[in-house]
Amino acid sequence: MDLPRYPYHQTLEQRSGQPQRRPVVIVGAGPVGLTLALDLAKRDVPVVVIDDSDRIGEGSRAVCWAKKTLEVFDRLGVGEAVAREGVRWQRGRVFHGEREAYAFDLLPESHHKMPAMVNLQQDQVEARLVRAAQLDPRIELRGRHELIGLEQDAEDPSQGVTLTVRTPDGLFDMRADWVVGCDGARSPTRTLLGLSFTGQVFEDRFLIADVRLGAGVRPRGLDPARPERWFWFDPPFHRGQSVLLHAQADGLWRIDFQLGRDADVEAERDAERIKARVAQMLGTDGFELAWSSIYQFCCRRASAFRVGRVLLAGDAAHQVSPFGARGANSGVQDADNLGWKLAAVMKGEGGEALLDSYEAERIEAADDNIGHSTRATDFISPKSALSRRLRKAALDLAAHTEFAKPLVNSGRLSMPTDVPGSVLNTPDADVWTGGPAPGCPAPDAPLDGGWLGEQLRGRFTLLAFGMAAPDAGVEVLSAPCDSLAAQRYGAAPGSLYLIRSDAVVAARWRAFDAGAVRAALARAHGRPHE
Amino acid sequence: MSKLTLTPNFGREADAFYAELIAAQASLNDEQAADWLARLTLILCNHIGDRDVLREAFALAHQHHD
Repeated sequence: MDLPRYPYHQTLEQRSGQPQRRPVVIVGAGPVGLTLALDLAKRDVPVVVIDDSDRIGEGSRAVCWAKKTLEVFDRLGVGEAVAREGVRWQRGRVFHGEREAYAFDLLPESHHKMPAMVNLQQDQVEARLVRAAQLDPRIELRGRHELIGLEQDAEDPSQGVTLTVRTPDGLFDMRADWVVGCDGARSPTRTLLGLSFTGQVFEDRFLIADVRLGAGVRPRGLDPARPERWFWFDPPFHRGQSVLLHAQADGLWRIDFQLGRDADVEAERDAERIKARVAQMLGTDGFELAWSSIYQFCCRRASAFRVGRVLLAGDAAHQVSPFGARGANSGVQDADNLGWKLAAVMKGEGGEALLDSYEAERIEAADDNIGHSTRATDFISPKSALSRRLRKAALDLAAHTEFAKPLVNSGRLSMPTDVPGSVLNTPDADVWTGGPAPGCPAPDAPLDGGWLGEQLRGRFTLLAFGMAAPDAGVEVLSAPCDSLAAQRYGAAPGSLYLIRSDAVVAARWRAFDAGAVRAALARAHGRPHE
Repeated sequence: MSKLTLTPNFGREADAFYAELIAAQASLNDEQAADWLARLTLILCNHIGDRDVLREAFALAHQHHD
């Protein structure tokens, strides 16, 4: 598929020197910025997205898209295409030396619209998002606009934000009510805000090689028609290090070689050297090297995700190692969390406390992701001889005892982070023995020949089980009690769930009470004292 | 209050236990013995399970050295 571009054009406001005040400017046209732009546009908020480039970044980069991300994409109209084009897999195998240490199965629960995980190279996902954005008249996507200055009036934030942008025609100022920096780990937005970005830098270097296998090539017995995630600790073809193999779409495979702390980065960039490594691993030279990159990983987070009218999302706000696919997935979930809140604040439907809740909820998620990612990275690159020996012990034991399998950590795959302590939640007053508690994601299930998740449509919904739709001042979705949905929600006749626009449970009850629903709606909109 | 057992727990058999521990790895070279000890650590930690007890044991092991 040809990748779309967003070429630079000189705009009227630029030519006239009269900046037009925009409701929202998003900095960065990656998966996070574009998800947020599409989400805001669906809520009738016009958006300008600026990017310092005019094209999609090279190479596959992010590969694994988790169920929650696919559900967000689906709401924005690109989920089905990503799920269809992506490679589905559910089996992961972990090898130690010559032997298989253990295997895991994602065991996806059936009867969800979206699979647990699909693999699709990031540029293909971005191509879908760029096309959708370019087709939406409420989104203006501007290439070669590099953010170099950011100013807001600390005394009077309602004055908005002035952005200074460098273009091929020189510098000019843009103005916005709100700015969201989705501009990646080296975020100019974060830097201009003067926020610290601290955490752990891992010394190990990793080489990422994307290869296309020739017809009939079966690397180490892997059947390309039945893709699996393979991870090796200390394999015979790459002693003392780890290797990860992941399927991508169109016959492309991702191989991730740990190179260690003392790797000669310049020498490792040599294509012939990379091909030799891949050939040794695959046991054949029947492949073509499509893309490669050398990485060093960091796990760190910005000290704040909001400063006045400027917000941060995605890698600009937090960075993780790739083990666990928590980078792009958590970034898309930031956008999912922020879109409805920003739109509600702009329309006067929600208090600014909503934006503080964005920061609180997504800092909790970032810390959860960083914790998982740090633990995986520590297991993959032990820092001492004893740590290495304990890892070997865990891997040896995992081959024949159940208890050691969960100790082996080659990356814990991305799951949404629950926010049970969020100020937007109304704590349970009734007794529940099952179903998602306030702060947990609302699970999908078949409903009315379609899907429950589809019918939430990105707006607040009261999900009512086995009862006539009550008049509650909010969209009502009715579900029968003899359904899988009722099972998943632990529901009995009369049970109700108030579900947020980002498909997180805000409150639930065993019986309808209009006053309680009203109070929970107000609280979930950052107006707790109504 | 400490949850970690710090009183003798082998009854009158302390010497016999210790002899068994030594005998169990007597045939191993240093490298093999260190691996064995690492596996044993994980096996026993899982058997104990209680994270508070384990944390107390980790701290105690830090205190008692020359």
